Amino acid sequence: MTDDLASEMYKEIILDYYRHPRNYGVLPHPDIVSHDVNTSCGDEITMQVLVKDGRIGNIRFSGRGCAISQASASMLTEFALGKSLEEVAKFNKESMLGLINIPISCMRLKCALLGLKVLKLGILQFIGEKVEVEDEG
Amino acid sequence: MAVISLLDVRKDFPFFSQGLVYLDSAATSQKPKVVLDVMREFYEKNNANVHRGVYRLADMATQMYEAARKTVAEFIGAHPREIVFVRNATEAINLVAHSFGGSVVSKDDSILLTEMEHHSNIVPWQMLAKTKDAKLSFVPITESGQIELSAVRHGVSQKPKIFAFTHVSNVLGTINPAKEFIAEAHKCGVPVLLDASQSVPSMPVSVKDLDCDFLVFSGHKLLGPHIGVLYGKRELLERMEPFLCGGGMIKEVDFQSSTWNDVPWKFEAGTFDVPSAVGLASAIEYLNKVGMKNVMEHEQALARYAYDLLGKDPVVTLYGSDNRLNLVSFNVGDMHGHDVSTLLDQHGVCVRAGHHCAHPLMKRLGIPACVRVSFGVYSTKADVDKFMVALQKAKKVFGL
Repeated sequence: MTDDLASEMYKEIILDYYRHPRNYGVLPHPDIVSHDVNTSCGDEITMQVLVKDGRIGNIRFSGRGCAISQASASMLTEFALGKSLEEVAKFNKESMLGLINIPISCMRLKCALLGLKVLKLGILQFIGEKVEVEDEG
Repeated sequence: MAVISLLDVRKDFPFFSQGLVYLDSAATSQKPKVVLDVMREFYEKNNANVHRGVYRLADMATQMYEAARKTVAEFIGAHPREIVFVRNATEAINLVAHSFGGSVVSKDDSILLTEMEHHSNIVPWQMLAKTKDAKLSFVPITESGQIELSAVRHGVSQKPKIFAFTHVSNVLGTINPAKEFIAEAHKCGVPVLLDASQSVPSMPVSVKDLDCDFLVFSGHKLLGPHIGVLYGKRELLERMEPFLCGGGMIKEVDFQSSTWNDVPWKFEAGTFDVPSAVGLASAIEYLNKVGMKNVMEHEQALARYAYDLLGKDPVVTLYGSDNRLNLVSFNVGDMHGHDVSTLLDQHGVCVRAGHHCAHPLMKRLGIPACVRVSFGVYSTKADVDKFMVALQKAKKVFGL
């Protein structure tokens, strides 16, 4: 990867979401609380969701980690807000990478997908489906 | 800045022909060609199972294996019968926790560790404590990442059944005054396990001088292959029950029961990793030629050089103090360690970032992660300079 590609991975929008995360925080009475860590690096994300008529009525995330994991989680919350739980549960690796729209190395894939993994696990538990969320990294 | 008198051994390490700046030697070391040659030659000419065959080749392999044990023993001032070959330092600690800890720890007893331990020197003890309904206590570290003798004194005065601590912190680089700590523990009758994974590869270590009861380290950090070493005082090893069971560790096997082999073979179940033992001996011979005192001076000088350069950067936060061996841990502004590491990697600079298998210590420091540069005997001043240039470029991406 050259300097150009490196700065593409860390382009302005990623750094902006990292430094000014949208939907960061906690909800007073969430219906869904889900949490996970990347054991290899220590990134951690908690997702909280207020469910309204089968849709994501409100959503907050919190956590600590690298720019990629935190910015991706933040972008995901903006995308998920207002969508039906089923719709978000179908969101996959490709759609997540499309959302953040930056080149991601294999080593950093887990970072980019952590927020999605946490949110999907929370939703699937809530709707009572026992589905293994694929660990893409 | 002090003038650095450095070793020039890089030519002995084929790894560096690819031009990488490798600053992760505290995780694992690169290997000199001679170690790779010795292992290859073993497979090509000497490979046979040891302590079993009676043909000449098997005898030769057995002799090489036991000679390797002697080399390791001499390297740390031990007797060969006190050296047990295992898979890695982690396995060595598990062995002691199980076979020694299992016999001395009972309900409500305590096991003493410190706040700067690697997971490998925490989790086996947690398992033991869980099994025995015992508890763990931790000697605290100071703000600058040191352990004070008074804190150790207090800890051992509570009469824990064992005190296990690291000689050198893999995150802070702190060199603990192990000899003083061990003497303090012994005054209270507390046996000590010393995790020497970071110290044995980079400084002179003598179990005779330290008087530790157990000491563990890994070969792969010591320019050698993946093999671990457990040192234990012979009278303790004699008293302990085996850890893993099977072939090789027995004297006689009947249908219902068996008798154990003598130490150290009592702890070496299954087919031995002879080529790795031979490779480790070769790595030790290599280091002996360089001289461990020189190795220490070299690696310490590089750490000091990097520490001073990083210290001049206002956005860099350094961890630990002047008392350090061969590594420097830091953070840069609001950059996460993994972002720093990813960006340095673009310039061929390999550094470790994350929690360094020390979650409790990271919590104590109040940080989720940090970046670590660590040096080996083959590291150079130019490596540090290239790293510093790459770091400036990484900072620029984050607008720092």
